[in-house]
Amino acid sequence: MLPAFIIVAFSAIIPLMTVVNYSIQDIFGPGQAVYVGTEWFEVMLGNHRLHDALFRQFVFSGLVLLIEIPFGILIALAMPKQGWGVSACLVTLALPLVIPWNVIGTIWIIFTRPDIGLFGVGINSLDLLEVPFDHTAKPIYAWITLLAMEIWHWTPLVVLLAYAGLRAIPEAYYQAAKIDGASSWATFLYIQLPKMRGVLTIAVLLRWMDSFLIYAEPFALTGGGPGNTTTFLSIYLVKLATMQFDLGPAAAFSLIYFVIILLFSFIFYQALLNVGRGEKA
Amino acid sequence: MKIQKRTIALCIYFGIMILPIYWMLNMSLRTNADILANFALYPADATFKNYIKIFTDPTWYMAYINAIIYVCMNTALSLAFALPAAYAFSRYNFLGDGQMFFWLLTNRMAPPAVFLLPYLQLYSTINLMDTHLAVALAHCLFNVPLAIWILEGFMSGIPKEIDETAFIDGYSFPRFFVTIFIPLIRAGVGVTAFFCFMFSWVELLFARTLTITEAKPITATMTRTISATGLDWGLMAAAGVLTIVPGALVIWFVRNYLAKGFALGRV
Amino acid sequence: MKKKSWLQHLKWLPNKPALVGDLMARIVLDKIVHSYDRNPDETSEYALKWINSIFENEGAYALLGPSGCGKTTLLNLISGLLTPSKGRVLYDDMDVTALPPEKRNIAQVFQFPVLYDTMTVYDNLAFPLRNRGVPASQVQTRVHEIAEILDLTAFLNKKAAGLTADAKQKVSLGRGLVRNDVAAILFDEPLTVIDPQLKWYLRQKIKLIHEELKLTLIYVTHDQVEALTFAEKVAVMHEGEIVQTGTPKELFENPEHTFVGYFIGSPGMNFLPCTVDGSVAHVNGTDIPLDKELADLGRKARGKLELGIRPMYLQLRSESAKGGVLVKVQAVEDLGSYKIVTVMLAGRPIRVKLEEGLPVPSHKARLLIPPQWIRLFADGLRVR
Repeated sequence: MLPAFIIVAFSAIIPLMTVVNYSIQDIFGPGQAVYVGTEWFEVMLGNHRLHDALFRQFVFSGLVLLIEIPFGILIALAMPKQGWGVSACLVTLALPLVIPWNVIGTIWIIFTRPDIGLFGVGINSLDLLEVPFDHTAKPIYAWITLLAMEIWHWTPLVVLLAYAGLRAIPEAYYQAAKIDGASSWATFLYIQLPKMRGVLTIAVLLRWMDSFLIYAEPFALTGGGPGNTTTFLSIYLVKLATMQFDLGPAAAFSLIYFVIILLFSFIFYQALLNVGRGEKA
Repeated sequence: MKIQKRTIALCIYFGIMILPIYWMLNMSLRTNADILANFALYPADATFKNYIKIFTDPTWYMAYINAIIYVCMNTALSLAFALPAAYAFSRYNFLGDGQMFFWLLTNRMAPPAVFLLPYLQLYSTINLMDTHLAVALAHCLFNVPLAIWILEGFMSGIPKEIDETAFIDGYSFPRFFVTIFIPLIRAGVGVTAFFCFMFSWVELLFARTLTITEAKPITATMTRTISATGLDWGLMAAAGVLTIVPGALVIWFVRNYLAKGFALGRV
Repeated sequence: MKKKSWLQHLKWLPNKPALVGDLMARIVLDKIVHSYDRNPDETSEYALKWINSIFENEGAYALLGPSGCGKTTLLNLISGLLTPSKGRVLYDDMDVTALPPEKRNIAQVFQFPVLYDTMTVYDNLAFPLRNRGVPASQVQTRVHEIAEILDLTAFLNKKAAGLTADAKQKVSLGRGLVRNDVAAILFDEPLTVIDPQLKWYLRQKIKLIHEELKLTLIYVTHDQVEALTFAEKVAVMHEGEIVQTGTPKELFENPEHTFVGYFIGSPGMNFLPCTVDGSVAHVNGTDIPLDKELADLGRKARGKLELGIRPMYLQLRSESAKGGVLVKVQAVEDLGSYKIVTVMLAGRPIRVKLEEGLPVPSHKARLLIPPQWIRLFADGLRVR
């Protein structure tokens, strides 16, 4: 039993780290504000700029999830199962993932510039738009650029996870489906998707959390503009904290931020865990 | 034929995906003035000046080395912490293990800035500032939970009978774990190692704040490319290209493990 | 009886099977050669070397052999999951080699239960019918009938993922039976993951299906007990070839190949290298008398000769008894209802199976080898 105790102790330490961290944080946040009670929270929750940033953030994260997850799965389905093509695909997929995030932002600045960047020049040369493309020109352009950058950057993560999940499915399932006369859509819906439940949960949770917290890339590319049309939640938080030098509201904000992510993560987790599951017979 | 359509679509996707990287490569081979003035599909006067600067300036190449050091430390530490914990979650049912599993991820749910001040204080007090270990440990905060999640999935795919048989055969627990169990979950270890590497390699906030000069990594140094004349695009592009190399190497080494696959049990 | 009711339905259903008119499934394998290489040549490795076989309609066959002998490959060729490198597969004289599995009237049950986890048992069983556009009312009738035969009616509304392993295998089997156009069921070691107590019960069920529904059964296994108790005819496979097909009795008493002698029986046949001279087989200086006919054949035979005799036909007498060959008793294993005695004959180990209660001599003994049970093999093949 001794090994068991050691292991359990280990596994208890890590969650404990979490608790410890939050209690330290509490010292800086509501701890300081204990004199004023929940005032900071009320201020923050009533702040309409915060509402705007929150709304933008939800739209952004929602789009990210809606596009990246299915897209990633599609690519994983299309990838070869063996041979040299597999290695080539895997290495290429990894490339966007290992570039530091601020670098990605800055490179895309040049990339999308209408005068010297491939993307910018490319789109403008098609001559389809009234207002020439420039990510600083119109909010919609800024959004499109940010989304393109985000999808380019992170879809490979979904692909890698989905691909690994697909490779784990034993051949016999496909064979049985063939004999049962299942169409490829039915095979996807009833065999592949259920068996990818685990990897997809990780993919959804990771993308949800990281996209909701996103900071470096949009800040580097647009700085939150034009105006504040791409000021997402964390950009607003940093602006607030650095401008006001007041830890109180920033701490309250952080806590709210955390709770939102936690709530939705929990919802996603429970949903994915229980979809299609039943009671034990 | 179905196969043809698939390959074409894949090629298009990969082609488009490579474009920004190609563009970065393009930029890295040109001078700043050239980049800002002209649009060129390929560098007309390719110059290695940016690369030479990186290879000869100690601030730059030490930055790469520093980053590699703490990333390797972090991957090793994360695996070391995560393996026993994942085993516990996989094999034992203890009170609240389902809930705790989810709560592991909460480290990743707060804005990282929130942890910054505490860590800064902590490291200053115990004199760990500006060391590789400091950054490696800080990154464990969000890498270990992820590592536990991924490893637990793989471990749950191995039937408990194997553990029991080994114990009956007289294996001590450490010996069983190292010689039997870990080889069985090689694929999971490979995948986890890649993710730990990746998230640690690209992290900026902790890496910049917890280091001053001794352990300053590449992510932080790259923000120094702002000079009086503005951003040194060529230099940054070259640095960016060079950051890809270790990442590509790591995934090359674990590619077989990824292809072997995942068998997630619990989730 | 239930079987009459759904057999009658056959004539009325609009969903005629893709092939055969009356659901006969006489399966013929014609000159099959298979390699997993894309373009095999002489140097490639062949999983199946030269298969010519006929599986008669409504028969119960077992494909028996050790791991890696090619039995699963052969099964997948019959079902259409694999296309042979060379040769043809015929169902009732129709060439189906190029036909995909869903168009052949077969069902296959795999080593581990293959289910659609997100569906209920009912939906699992209904799946093959729905894919073929069978109307919902007929789906319901058929699913209930099959569930009845397999004792699954209580589970119909439960999610398939939550069942025990044997129940899951029954659902896998049920999915194969539920189609009206299935004439043959192929089993690939389906009882591997089942608990030993439940193996017996599932074996009975499979036998029941065979008798009631009159389907051709082909059952792949490496367990000879399973094969011999289950099948009417067993095809023994070894390194990509079917070395002998026959009833269990034929395989036991008259093996055509040393491998069959060795693989069938527990323990397998004893083999002694020998030469034949006159009416006697010489084994390392010891003489063993042969039947006249066998001795004649033996003298004429070419190649390396071996004498084969099964342990249960041998008898042991005390050293002082008359007749037989002098042997040294090496070891005795007591297995309850019988004993295995290992004796040394002219330096070669021979195993003798003795029933409970018979005396076992110690040190030296006389081994009686009844000539009518001696089999001769030249280069592994039976001398006839």
